[in-house]
Amino acid sequence: MIELEDVSHSYGGAELLSGISLRLQPGSFHFLTGPSGAGKTTLLKLCYAELRPSRGRVRLFGAELGRMDRDAVARTRRRIGVVHQDCQFLDHLPLAENVSLPLLAAGRDVAAESENLRELLAWVGLEAQTASLPPQLSGGERQRAALARAVIMSPDVILADEPTGNVDWEMSLRILQLLIELNRMGKAILVATHDLNLIRTAKAHVAARVLRIKARQVLLAGADL
Amino acid sequence: MRRLALLAAVLAGDPRAGRVVPPSGFTARLTQFSAAAMAFLAVFALALSLAAGRLADHWGEALARTATVRISAPEGQMAAQTDAVLEVLRTTPGVATARTIPEDEQRALLEPWFGPGLPLDTLPLPRLVEVTETVEGMDAEALRLRLQGEAPGAVLDDHTRWRRPLVEAAGRLRLLGWLSIGLIGAAMAAMIALSASSALAANARVIEVLRLVGARDAFIARAFVRRFTRRALEGAILGTALGIAAVALLPRSGAGSGILAGLGFRGLDWLLPLCLPPIAAAVAFAATRLTAMRVLRGIT
Repeated sequence: MIELEDVSHSYGGAELLSGISLRLQPGSFHFLTGPSGAGKTTLLKLCYAELRPSRGRVRLFGAELGRMDRDAVARTRRRIGVVHQDCQFLDHLPLAENVSLPLLAAGRDVAAESENLRELLAWVGLEAQTASLPPQLSGGERQRAALARAVIMSPDVILADEPTGNVDWEMSLRILQLLIELNRMGKAILVATHDLNLIRTAKAHVAARVLRIKARQVLLAGADL
Repeated sequence: MRRLALLAAVLAGDPRAGRVVPPSGFTARLTQFSAAAMAFLAVFALALSLAAGRLADHWGEALARTATVRISAPEGQMAAQTDAVLEVLRTTPGVATARTIPEDEQRALLEPWFGPGLPLDTLPLPRLVEVTETVEGMDAEALRLRLQGEAPGAVLDDHTRWRRPLVEAAGRLRLLGWLSIGLIGAAMAAMIALSASSALAANARVIEVLRLVGARDAFIARAFVRRFTRRALEGAILGTALGIAAVALLPRSGAGSGILAGLGFRGLDWLLPLCLPPIAAAVAFAATRLTAMRVLRGIT
């Protein structure tokens, strides 16, 4: 579904990622780890076309990113649910409207899907906060709301950038559980995290591969984790 | 037609799509004020243009159908030459009427220049014959030649010499009025484009989030276009209403007393300013859409 082939990315001439190859298949579960600044977020951005590679090829659902126009990129993003590190909410809209934003952007009838939205918010445990504005939510609530927004379009792939970065361990487990449930539904999951405990816990429940960014390369992590 | 349908769809579109952009008081007021001011000025430019057009037509028509024969002759020959002129005019094709201007009327014509009590009988004034042409008009050159033969002291003045610059001036004034309307529209488009650009810059984060959740440029642009088009329409309705009221309240004086007294709308002309709000909305729609699409192309 998402394929990176010999991809490099540079910021202002300095190469952050070099010769990366990665393939996300349906039902796969990957963790991406590495120190801060190693390029985890950059790699995720390459996967949902927020960044274009300096070199190499990115294929999204069979289409070459380099040949996609802006509308095609927008349509492709609807098939990829992204949980951003900073959640990326519109602070003037209530939670329910933030979560349903992808439906609105896709031209779907939001009113007709209100029941699905209610069920989704109940699934992430936010049915009581539908009218709250994002600044009124706790860190854990924001992360779960971001996850709800990422899956509302029923995407094939879910990319999560430090989804447990600002929450306590109990909430981290809750979010992990939700991701595992999504994976069992057949979604491909890629989680960027530096929380090794979370990865170890996940590996006890799901067959997850762990990738580590080291020296601008992506390596498969082994028992040293 | 497609553009009009798009404009209507934008104005009547899903209000939830408009809500994704947070309300912005400053740009809203600026756009409404610009549109109102421009529509107000456009009403005056329109009134000026129409009045200038009417004046040009009036001067053109009124002066084109009249002429004057001036007879300068020694005292003893004045009556004979006047009779000869009237006879020539009577038999000239294209002349509807010809009459000698009486002394009291001639005195009234000169009174503004020389004051009352003018001793007309002591002044060597020429005799004037007013000629009115038929719709077909007369051949002025042929008449001049005939007058030369029949009444050597008679000179035909068909007003061409001073009518042309007057009609030309009024025509230019009308053109200036339309040019002003064009400039007002362009200035409004520029102001709205600046406001839209500022709103887009202020909402960079909103745009980024919308792009990330899969919104196409057209969807994002629509949220801004809808807002600015509505504001321009509201402002233009207010400005047009005020402009029409101001024109209606302009003091009126006697007919034909100049362009200022004739500034205003007559009959169906009053309907013309009603076109200004939709035109302002269309200008705002185009300006905002062009600006939004240009800005959005620079965002991944």
